[in-house]
Amino acid sequence: MVVLGGFYVVMILLMVLADFAYTDLESLKRTLSEPEIQYSLKLSLLSCTLSTLMSLVVAVPIGYIMSRFTFRGQSVVDAILDIPIVLPPLVVGISLLVLFNYPPFHWLSRWVVFEVPAVVLAQFMVACAFAVRTMRVSFDQIPVRFEQVALTLGCNRSQAFWLVVFPQSRRGLLAAGTLAWARSLGEFGPILVFAGSTRMRTEVLPTSVYLEMQSGDLKGMLSVSILMIALSAAVLILARALGMQRINA
Amino acid sequence: MIKLDQIELHQGDFHLQQLCLDIPKGCYAVLMGKSGCGKTTLLEILAGLRPVQAGSIWLDHQEVTHLKPAARQLGYVPQDRALFPTMRVGEQLGFSLRLRPFSKEEISKRVNEMARWLNLEHLMERLPQSLSGGEAQRVALGRALASRPGILCLDEPLSGLDQDLHDEACSLLESIHQETGMTILHVTHSRHEADRLADRLWVIDEGQVRPSA
Repeated sequence: MVVLGGFYVVMILLMVLADFAYTDLESLKRTLSEPEIQYSLKLSLLSCTLSTLMSLVVAVPIGYIMSRFTFRGQSVVDAILDIPIVLPPLVVGISLLVLFNYPPFHWLSRWVVFEVPAVVLAQFMVACAFAVRTMRVSFDQIPVRFEQVALTLGCNRSQAFWLVVFPQSRRGLLAAGTLAWARSLGEFGPILVFAGSTRMRTEVLPTSVYLEMQSGDLKGMLSVSILMIALSAAVLILARALGMQRINA
Repeated sequence: MIKLDQIELHQGDFHLQQLCLDIPKGCYAVLMGKSGCGKTTLLEILAGLRPVQAGSIWLDHQEVTHLKPAARQLGYVPQDRALFPTMRVGEQLGFSLRLRPFSKEEISKRVNEMARWLNLEHLMERLPQSLSGGEAQRVALGRALASRPGILCLDEPLSGLDQDLHDEACSLLESIHQETGMTILHVTHSRHEADRLADRLWVIDEGQVRPSA
């Protein structure tokens, strides 16, 4: 077991190191100074942040309801919430594209499809499913007893949630946000289909990797990949550091 | 006073059938029974956390059967105390007061009074995780008493305390009862606790409550 586990950890490290070994500092500097890549970086940061915030706004109430209440058809809703996780990414993009052919979505399609909102929506559709799952687990771990005591102390259900349960779910919120952000950053299939891959318009970092590969610029492609690795690592480190602060507080 | 009249509750294998209980105002009542016989369920019914299928519940001459927990004016201390992990002791004591129309000065005054009474003044900035069993128990009592309810329900309040703390806590409960004159329903499985504290003693068994000799 140790050998198998160790093999997997070593493989992860070797994959990342291979990316660094194959490119050089000069290519990295050149690629990152290109206006297209800078635009792609900015759009990625903006869209990932927006889709993460949207995911959390949706994931907190859904996660809480799924954790605390039982209702008819709950298992069906539970299965529906998992669809974006198991659906092939390309299918998510195609489904969004088709959905925006029907009213009421059709009325918005000229401002959404193949535009920046499509990038955010495509990221949100997948990232939110992971955020919901994380928040549900987080709420499952908070005993119902706290809410019950809060109710006897004078809270209504809403106050019991916001004053007692929500503050306890901050670590879950941080985990859900980190996961949603990292998923959004890596999202490619749905974005390619639903938002397109137009340079300086709907180009995010995974699209840049794809476009650099299409143009045969292998070092450029790896430079953008390294940038994505650095961003993902930074978010994970930040989340862990904030988590540690909470534990020590 | 606490009055339960013909209470019916059926959940799976657990049943309370035509359960009646009448505790006079100002009485320190102790309810005893074996594990799983429904002691905690009875307190949850009183607190409004568990709806009953039939019967009526009266607290201080007001029918509360269908009232929400917040409207029952009842203090409840669960067995595990359930101190809110993100709140400091001072915040726990003032929690119920901040939900009511009190000024900040009034809240602060009442919290300080409560802290002084329960000897919690030196713990006001502490989080529950850093409290001992006896300290946590006093904070849970203070949190339930802060809004000055007419009735206090205690679910095994002295469990998990060593002998010295147990005696100290018994004295504290006696002093709370004497000073406030409130009706207290104390659930326990300890005969020693019951003998020391109870004005009246009841036993719950097979879904029925009966006075104990």
